[in-house]
Amino acid sequence: MTALVRIPTVLRPAMGGDTSVAVEGSTVGEILDHLTTNHPAVKGQLLNSDGSLHRFLNVYVNDDDVRYLGGVDAPVTNGDEITLLPAVAGGTL
Amino acid sequence: MLSVSSVHRDAVVATCIRALPNEGCGLMLGTSDGTVTEIVPSPNVADSAKLYEIDSGVLLRAYRRSEEESLLVLGVFHSHTHSEAYPSPTDVAQAPDPEWHYLLVSLRDVSTAIRSFHIVDGEISEEEISL
Repeated sequence: MTALVRIPTVLRPAMGGDTSVAVEGSTVGEILDHLTTNHPAVKGQLLNSDGSLHRFLNVYVNDDDVRYLGGVDAPVTNGDEITLLPAVAGGTL
Repeated sequence: MLSVSSVHRDAVVATCIRALPNEGCGLMLGTSDGTVTEIVPSPNVADSAKLYEIDSGVLLRAYRRSEEESLLVLGVFHSHTHSEAYPSPTDVAQAPDPEWHYLLVSLRDVSTAIRSFHIVDGEISEEEISL
C-alpha cells in the first residue's frame, strides 16, 4: 500500500522541505516507521520510544483522527492521505 | 502585528465566555500580513479551567479550509480565566508553530484583556494588535 503523507510546516525543514511524501505501509505505524527511518530527526516528534503516537501529534487517515481508528494499528489502504498536524494545546498551568 | 476587526475580536471573546468555567479556544485564519479574516471556535477537549486543547477535527477542517480559500492558519486564541493574558510555561512548551500568532484573552478582571504574542524557541515576544 502507498499513502500520501502530508507534512506540517513545522516539520518540513527537517524533512527536506517536502509538503508531502509517498510512503509504503499497511498501517499508520508502518507508515510512520518508514517515514522516520528516512527522516530520523523527526522521530521524537512523531512517536514515543515504545512506538506509540506522540501525545501532541494528530494523525489523520483521510478525514479521520486515528485515535478513533486504532492508533498506530489503524489500517491504511492504497491512495489514502495521511495528514500529520501538531496538536494545539496549552493553558494556565 | 496582528490585525483583528471588532467583529472578530467579539467572536473571540464570546467563544471564551461561552466556555466558562473552562478555558475557551479556537483558531484564526487570515492573510500573510497578519489580518484575521475568520475565527474558528473549537470545543476545549481538555475540558479544563487550566488547560486547553483544540479539537482535532476542528484543526483538520481549519487547515483544509485555509487551503481551499488560499488563507493561512494564523494562530490560536485561548483564554486564561483567572490570570493575566500572558503565555504560561505550558503555552510556551506546547507552542506548535514559530510562525503563529498566539492571542490570549484574560477574563480575570471585569475588563477583558487581549494580547498577542509570538513564541519562538521558547522565547516570548509581544506584538501589537490592530483592532
